Amino acid sequence: MRFSGLRVLTEGLTGNKGWRPHWRDPAPKSDYDIIIIGGGGHGLSTAFYLAKEHGLTNIAVLEKGYIGGGNVGRNTTIVRANYNLPGNSEFYSHSLKLWEGLEQEVNYNAMMSQRGVLNLCHSDGQRDAFARRANSMINQGDDAVLLDREGVRKLVPYLDFDNIRFPIYGGLLHPRGGTARHDAVAWGYARGADSRGVDIIQNCEVTGIDVENGRVTGVQTSRGAIRARKVGIVVAGRSSQVAAMAGMRLPIESHILQAFVTEGLKPVIDHVVTFGMGHFYISQSDKGGLVFGGDLDFYASYAQRGNLPMAEHVMEAAMTLMPMIGKARVLRSWGGIMDMSPDGSPVIDRTHIDGLYLNCGWCYGGFKAVPGSGNCFAHLIAQDRPHPAAARYRLDRFRTGIGLMDEEGTGAQHNLH
Amino acid sequence: MRIPCPLCGSRDIREFDYMGHAQALDRPEPEAGAQAWDDYVHNRDNPAGPTRDLWFHGLGCGAWLVVDRDTVSHEITAAALARDVKGGAA
Ligand SMILES: Cc1cc2nc3c(=O)[nH]c(=O)nc-3n(C[C@H](O)[C@H](O)[C@H](O)COP(=O)(O)OP(=O)(O)OC[C@H]3O[C@@H](n4cnc5c(N)ncnc54)[C@H](O)[C@@H]3O)c2cc1C
Ligand SMILES: [Zn+2]
Repeated sequence: MRFSGLRVLTEGLTGNKGWRPHWRDPAPKSDYDIIIIGGGGHGLSTAFYLAKEHGLTNIAVLEKGYIGGGNVGRNTTIVRANYNLPGNSEFYSHSLKLWEGLEQEVNYNAMMSQRGVLNLCHSDGQRDAFARRANSMINQGDDAVLLDREGVRKLVPYLDFDNIRFPIYGGLLHPRGGTARHDAVAWGYARGADSRGVDIIQNCEVTGIDVENGRVTGVQTSRGAIRARKVGIVVAGRSSQVAAMAGMRLPIESHILQAFVTEGLKPVIDHVVTFGMGHFYISQSDKGGLVFGGDLDFYASYAQRGNLPMAEHVMEAAMTLMPMIGKARVLRSWGGIMDMSPDGSPVIDRTHIDGLYLNCGWCYGGFKAVPGSGNCFAHLIAQDRPHPAAARYRLDRFRTGIGLMDEEGTGAQHNLH
Repeated sequence: MRIPCPLCGSRDIREFDYMGHAQALDRPEPEAGAQAWDDYVHNRDNPAGPTRDLWFHGLGCGAWLVVDRDTVSHEITAAALARDVKGGAA
């Protein structure tokens, strides 16, 4: 089934009776070449690129719940390539380029909207740091524009520019950054993988990983044992549990991150605006809801909901930055489980078990990574060597201390990111 | 969440800072080797369910507490002064 404007029009005129499910609902086979554990954004894109770029299609994606039920359907949908550190810089640049071709590649409307990401600064020191970051973004081949106060005012006149504590000095604009419809990305990759022969198996929880003589041989699941020659773990907040099935203890602590959305309003916020000093960021969804969030609750958690102190902090930061938001009414709030790594950067690597691969540690920033992570993880699984864009995402960097990627410069230890 | 501080009684979570898993109390010997130190500094059990972690009562009495907590339900069942607890592991 191909989507097109004509198709939508025809279906609209004929009662929308021609639409079919976007992917099959197969029963698990007893044997696959490759099993991907976790049907989030990263697992689905991994399966898609394995099929599309490496011609491997005897693959199952095993998802314990339903597609889009994890973080891929819970995030605030910001897509950007404004990183600073070698390792992150080339990876997110690679991922953003894949985002730009994604909708054509999977023939699915992911509502990719390059509306620009605007980071605000409130001191000379912060502006200098933005200038450095902008230069590394440009060196990487991405786009960055340093704005002065008037430049920011032209774009976002509704902010409180003269706030007594955080007056706005300027901003760093990343025009190619923006948002995408999060669950459509999961559905698009699921459909793209399925149509190439990948089995997407929902309600199938992996409960064990089988290893013989140092080599992975398959998995145990709630729907029986399944054999495989290669297995990839891509389960975000649940990485520690699944890796423990293979005897691994990961440098990961799971934390809760909350998000909020207001009732639908007329278009008012045209960009993604971030107020780092207040740990606050906001954009407006195509439905009109103001989508915003802040920092982690900052304690280990597997509850997909947070506590009130962080909700209060986020609302206060919102009022500080844009007092007009006080008129909007919050509709919903929720939380997702973040796989926090000690240095705040992810892992895409082999493990000590042959045929077992690990993809984790995306912290609160793994949505923008969905295409890049799947693309690079597929490369690693298919070819047994890292993709150049993800070559620095090594698991052993914590043990050796070599190649730590502490983007924020706060230290490579838990609870600092 | 509220934490029952042994010195101050039941207090709002806003008064506390989370300081990570209580395994921090099980510091290896300096010569214990790279693996022991990697396990101590970086690797975590990261349990989904009962856990034991450290909280600092910064806006209260200033004590470090060892708190028994459930990471799925957020239920807090016990809190003791870290100085009275030998080793962090449950
Ligand atoms: C509130 C919030 C806001 C965020 N905002 C942004 C943002 O603006 N920009 C950005 O870049 N990132 C953002 N993120 C981060 C981003 O959402 C995550 O880093 C990313 O989605 C994680 O990868 P995933 O999509 O594969 O995870 P998930 O969708 O969580 O996929 C993991 C899947 O594994 C499955 N699974 C777990 N255990 C098993 C098992 N034993 N067997 C089978 N399946 C299993 C789970 O059910 C789940 O579906 C945000 C996250 C949250 C919670
Ligand atoms: Zn106290």
